[in-house]
Amino acid sequence: MNALPATRREPPEEANYLSAHTLRSWLLTTDHKRIGLLFLFGIIGYFLIGTAAAALVRLDLVTPQGDLLSAEMYNRMFTLHGVVMVWFFLIPSIPSVLGNFVLPLMIGARDVAFPRLNLLSWYLFMIGGGVTLYAILAGGVDTGWTFYTPYSTTYANPQVVTMVAGIFINGFSSILTGLNFIITTHKLRAPGLTWFRLPLFVWTLYATALILVLATPVLAMLLLLVAVERFWGIGVFDPAQGGDPILFQHLFWFYSHPAVYIMILPGMGVVSELVTCFARKRLFGYPFVAGASVAIAVLGFLVWGHHMFVSGQSIYSGFVFSLLSYMVAIPSAIKVFNWTATLYKGSISFETPMLYAIGFIGLFTAGGLTGLMLAATAVDVHVSDTYFVVAHFHYIMVGGMVLAFMGGLHYWWPKITGRMYPDLAGRLAAVVTFIGFNLTFFPQFVMGYLGMPRRYHSYPEEFQFYHILSTAGASILGVGYLLPVVYFLWSLKRGKRAPANPWDARGLEWTVASPPPTHNFHDIPEGIRPPYDYPTPATPPFTSPS
Amino acid sequence: MKATEPTLRTFATVWAALMVLLALTVGVALFDLGPLSLAVALVIAVTKAVLILLVFMHVRYGSREVLVFAGAAYLWLAILLVGTFHDYVTRNWLPGPPAQRRQSSGR
Amino acid sequence: MNDPGTRSGGGAEGMEPLHSHFASREQQREATTLGMWLFLATEILFFGALFLAYAYVRWSFPAVVQQASRHLELVMGTINTGVLLTSSFAMAVGVLFAEQGRHRAAAKALAATALMGVAFLMIKGSEYAAVIHEGFLPGFTANLEPVSRPGGGYAGLLSEGGGPVPGQEELFFWLYFVMTGIHAIHVAIGVGMLTLLAWWMRKPHPASRASLNTVRNAGLYWHFVDLVWVFLFPLLYLAGHRFQP
Repeated sequence: MNALPATRREPPEEANYLSAHTLRSWLLTTDHKRIGLLFLFGIIGYFLIGTAAAALVRLDLVTPQGDLLSAEMYNRMFTLHGVVMVWFFLIPSIPSVLGNFVLPLMIGARDVAFPRLNLLSWYLFMIGGGVTLYAILAGGVDTGWTFYTPYSTTYANPQVVTMVAGIFINGFSSILTGLNFIITTHKLRAPGLTWFRLPLFVWTLYATALILVLATPVLAMLLLLVAVERFWGIGVFDPAQGGDPILFQHLFWFYSHPAVYIMILPGMGVVSELVTCFARKRLFGYPFVAGASVAIAVLGFLVWGHHMFVSGQSIYSGFVFSLLSYMVAIPSAIKVFNWTATLYKGSISFETPMLYAIGFIGLFTAGGLTGLMLAATAVDVHVSDTYFVVAHFHYIMVGGMVLAFMGGLHYWWPKITGRMYPDLAGRLAAVVTFIGFNLTFFPQFVMGYLGMPRRYHSYPEEFQFYHILSTAGASILGVGYLLPVVYFLWSLKRGKRAPANPWDARGLEWTVASPPPTHNFHDIPEGIRPPYDYPTPATPPFTSPS
Repeated sequence: MKATEPTLRTFATVWAALMVLLALTVGVALFDLGPLSLAVALVIAVTKAVLILLVFMHVRYGSREVLVFAGAAYLWLAILLVGTFHDYVTRNWLPGPPAQRRQSSGR
Repeated sequence: MNDPGTRSGGGAEGMEPLHSHFASREQQREATTLGMWLFLATEILFFGALFLAYAYVRWSFPAVVQQASRHLELVMGTINTGVLLTSSFAMAVGVLFAEQGRHRAAAKALAATALMGVAFLMIKGSEYAAVIHEGFLPGFTANLEPVSRPGGGYAGLLSEGGGPVPGQEELFFWLYFVMTGIHAIHVAIGVGMLTLLAWWMRKPHPASRASLNTVRNAGLYWHFVDLVWVFLFPLLYLAGHRFQP
């Protein structure tokens, strides 16, 4: 490691992508690295809003009577939380921040295929978010993030239209990002960098992009139809006219189930990077992990009906969807086995990114297994619309995706900013987050199983104990989120300057300076090495214990 | 997938075929053929679509990637349609809570 | 500083500027063509949701759909289909001319395509007027007065005085207006694009904005718009039968 000593008089940095400081150079940039940072600022803002809503919800739930917020306000808060977290935090988080930054570097390209579309994607994201925020301020929406009809099309307040407009606009941001990533991966790889030499992060971004491109348009049309039905008073989701609310649910979940894979696949890609680097070991079963990523994306489109087991959907259809849902768990399981096998006999060290990665593997597995429980129709009938479901998806989205995002942020922070953060602080934050997370969400599995319904702000006394635990956990989780803000900001001024490759990792992004120059590579790399070319082979030779 | 490049003549032939198919589809639609009406209309529409895709849009003369991209989109649309209709069509197949009977429901 | 910028400016006539993140013009062309195809794939799914809604309505109330479809303007719809298919032919020819370097001829073909697009929109406009005039705009009378509906704070079911359509038939016309309306918006966008392109291509040595690849990709978009109509037409206009065999 050849990190420069952090002396007072540090040698000036080489010109890099951060050098130009004007507002115009940021707002009109077509540099994927800057766009990644612009997205980072955006999602941090939205994350704060989503967390504030969650905090209000959890505070209200401390007492069984629901006395902090009115029922109406409570409904608006969980709607706000869901909408903002799903569309304005989770979906763009890894792809638009880390993916934008790292993907071209990983494939040896100077930028994504369509840099101007990339910038447009950011503007659409910000405008969509702005419109959605306006809807919230103008009175809010209480339909839940799922906007089920006929409530949303007929009885809910008019801000529904504003909010769906915001999400509609944001949808095009997603589509453009997906389009860009697909074409970039197909066309801009460095010479000699074949598909099976790509890092797994690229594979998962590609799989995510497939979903972004194929699923989001259906949501876009659906939202448009909701708005049309509101304005016109006529619509195909209105049962009074022969329409069908279940049709809405089919269209909605056709997008929203694959959307949850948008929300987890990039995280899985990050974990593959982290686990190999911090176990100093090649990835076990690379082709299977790559194939599993694409399989998840494809199979994820076939299972949407498992959100509709109790909706009135055909029972026969229900068990086909149930069967397919079991199948989609297989590629996820393959990945978990392969990560574990990668760790086995690796030379493991516990830097911050690795702690997040290990946390991911455990929590994602727990969340995934509870997903299998939910896929069993008979179980789902009992726990549908209870906190069991809430806990399941938070295990995956927070325990999985947010941890992966944190892990990736900590891993690539030196590359992005050229600074090191204090690793001890990082490890502390990771542990606090893990503890806070489990305290928040494990009680929810129990109370859901015992019958606590979701989206209710008042509840029977018997559940209060679990709610108190959950809220206490949420406050600890909040601390875990806050700590990185503190030391990351600190690192920008006082952190050690990072060398090109502080983790001694493999991958093309580590061959350029930290922070990278504007055009990424002086010369496009050639003579590509195999992926994850770490010292320990994927299957080390068996040595019998002596 | 590289056939020889299309000429003006190729395009004119396809155009003529499309016009014929248009006349055909309107003509057939003037008569009530029961369930066959929809089937015929769709077959003709798909034929027209394939002609437009392969010739006008150069899929026949293009790379395999283009063919995969075009095909994949239609495949995904099929997934949406089949998956949803699978629910509607089988609502009354198994005993369960009585599904809403629709007046003159599907064949 | 931030935009890697373009190399070799306009270069040879009709050559698009090469953006520096691409290794070659070949790569840039392949990327933009694939990009356009991917965009069209999203459009297929975008319209696809509408086709699902249509399929649901037709499956649920086939007799009502049949009857309602008879009220559409079959003659105008057929003419429009012919116009759009012919415009597709003109577009393909335009691309061919552009490939052969015959820029002025290509410009004329593109202009003809755009003109036919305008004709399509005008015919559609009069179609809408005719359908509305007969009172088939859901929620409105033939004189475009909103129909007062009972309860709920929304335009509900049955109309009073003047409006003819009960709920299920309304759904069919709702689909008609929404599906053809969104399609018409796409046609209008295409007309705008093609008009611009034709204008840029009218010189013997057009600027790099009107490069061959741009024309090809515009052609893909236009053919796609035609493709959607090829399905809309029989599903909406040909669902009602006129004679018994």
